[in-house]
Amino acid sequence: MNQKTIQVEALESEAIYIFREVVAQFEKPVLLFSGGKDSITLVRLAQKAFFPAKIPFPLLHIDTGHNFPETIEFRDRLVKELGVDLIVRDVQDNINSGRVKEETGRYASRNMLQTETLLDAIEEFSFDACVGGARRDEEKARAKERIFSVRDDFGQWDEKNQRPEVFDMLNGRIDLGQNVRVFPISNWTELDVWSYIKKEDIEIPSIYFAHKRKTFLRDGFIWSADDAIVYRDKEEAVLERMVRFRTVGDMSCTAAVLSNAVDIAKVVEEIRDSSISERGARIDDKRSEAAMEKRKQQGYF
Amino acid sequence: MNVLKIATAGSVDDGKSTLIGRLLYDTKSLTDDKLAAIEEKSKQRGFDYLDFSLATDGLVAEREQGITIDVAHIYFSTRKKSFIIADTPGHIEYTRNMVTGASTAQASIVLIDARNGVVEQTYRHFFINNLLRIKEVVIAINKMDLVDFSEEKYNSIKGEIEYLASKSEYKNQQLTFIPMSALQGDNVVQKSNKMDWYGGETLLQHLEKLDAEDIHEFSQVRFPVQTVIRPKTKEYHDFRGYAGKIYGGDFAIGDKIVVLPSQTKSVIKSIHFFNEAFARAKNGSSVTITLEDNVNVSRGDMLVKINEEPTITKQLDATICWMDKEPLKALQKYYIKHGVNDAQAKITQVSSILKTDFSGKIENPSELALNQIGDVQLMLSKPLLIDGYHQNKSNGAFILINPKTNNTVGVGFIR
Repeated sequence: MNQKTIQVEALESEAIYIFREVVAQFEKPVLLFSGGKDSITLVRLAQKAFFPAKIPFPLLHIDTGHNFPETIEFRDRLVKELGVDLIVRDVQDNINSGRVKEETGRYASRNMLQTETLLDAIEEFSFDACVGGARRDEEKARAKERIFSVRDDFGQWDEKNQRPEVFDMLNGRIDLGQNVRVFPISNWTELDVWSYIKKEDIEIPSIYFAHKRKTFLRDGFIWSADDAIVYRDKEEAVLERMVRFRTVGDMSCTAAVLSNAVDIAKVVEEIRDSSISERGARIDDKRSEAAMEKRKQQGYF
Repeated sequence: MNVLKIATAGSVDDGKSTLIGRLLYDTKSLTDDKLAAIEEKSKQRGFDYLDFSLATDGLVAEREQGITIDVAHIYFSTRKKSFIIADTPGHIEYTRNMVTGASTAQASIVLIDARNGVVEQTYRHFFINNLLRIKEVVIAINKMDLVDFSEEKYNSIKGEIEYLASKSEYKNQQLTFIPMSALQGDNVVQKSNKMDWYGGETLLQHLEKLDAEDIHEFSQVRFPVQTVIRPKTKEYHDFRGYAGKIYGGDFAIGDKIVVLPSQTKSVIKSIHFFNEAFARAKNGSSVTITLEDNVNVSRGDMLVKINEEPTITKQLDATICWMDKEPLKALQKYYIKHGVNDAQAKITQVSSILKTDFSGKIENPSELALNQIGDVQLMLSKPLLIDGYHQNKSNGAFILINPKTNNTVGVGFIR
């Protein structure tokens, strides 16, 4: 006879509760999947929420076309294992059709362009809830985000007029055309996510671990130099360094950090001792103090 | 990892954001890049000190006006504990955001500007802490540097709060008074050398001692069903699991239970968490439960132990904190969300407005306006399975939703 007792830890229990509320309250939910560690963690939590049933919603990947190849390979393998549907929508399509204009210059990035493609996909499939892996500890505008965050037809976030969220009651009532962004790991920190990945032995893309990579330096950041996606001046010398990535965004806006953390245990250790915040290596946040808030108002994740 | 959730409250300019910034700074939780950004912005604005509020005021409008509008959640940990702080706004028009921040908190810090002493907002915040039955309340008497670190000043404020507490009906509250200067760092993380007369702990020492487990006040077990899991695969062809979170106690295989509202009796057959089965699941766990009998259970139903049934009723007496510009009035209809259960509610009577300075009630008001708290009676479209808020926090609270706007317009505490 089984004598084991389970105490689900508070953050995990909360995230599972939120996933179940999503499925109960919405008609067409979707999980926004970037191939990064946060969305991979979400996938594990969704599995846990509905086991032994399959995850009852598809994954949506907005592909900037500038992803690390390791991420895409990983994504396709994971989806196959889980037997869930994957929807991919390409930013490139909107660039080709002229709906959005590609940025140019030294800091050109497709990160901003994702928003338009995401909003198109939401409309195309009539998604009413988009589950994302944003956390409140990432950035100070995100620190203000609710767990159920209502967006209008234009995907806009009305930050000064958010619904009160009391106790664990989540109000998912919306009008036609609106949708809700849902953040089950709102209350997790970067260290919580890494500790969870370690504890659960979750596989993540190899670029999160230290590896040798051709890189160059700019503005104190380390950039990947191994293809044509990241703009580089002739004077910016390429050197092979031992690096890893702390976030897996678009290659054009994600800088690496010097690291010898070749496995998950060493990564957790490194994060614990780290003195640079996670998004410190995200150039899209450095554009201005309010960079994240502005993007969110326009419908960014 | 278990975390301690703390809410902060205080009037405008009492220095909440500064206090949180100070906590982050002194516990080395501000990373180099964030600190550099604060230094640069402080200099830009011509301050000769570090403006820690820049670390937490995340919205453009907040930085422009130098005030906190919405709740920010701030995360930090020491070697002993992890913390989530809800930095809530002090302005009276954002009281609803304060209730939001405090509703999930296990402890609360009420800031008082030592120069001004107890002001209207202090009463209100203290009142809300009582209404929410937050067990651990720290009264942080801040800006002591501006009153020459006066013990006399500290004692007079302490006396005022203690008098207030004597009028509250919630008697289990633990009050801790700490004199401090968040700006200069006295008694936040470092012990002050300017207040020898104070023999107590620093704020951080005190917070590290509080046990997060404490607030899971144990009561009768409630298991509201969120969704039914039916895989319909070959391997799990007949599996029918009830997914939900356990509140108030533990559930174990063999427990005799009643399904409400149908009153069907059954026995717990198995408890699942992901791909494992367990004999027992503890308070606060999100699990999936199966029953011995093939009974009809759907979302909003509740599993409870036999002889521990909650009240089943279509009428509610509740204290409501109103959060909408459009006032609450008798005869108006709203959606009510009680845990994971939904119904419609009609306001049958607004009995009184509670005065948040503990001076009593205004009987038979015509309405409850934004940020007012009052006793209200409601009639429901279907029976809900309720406890009093004082018996079971999660099963004793609800929200009201305006059917026209879909906004959450009020939070209720069942009496």
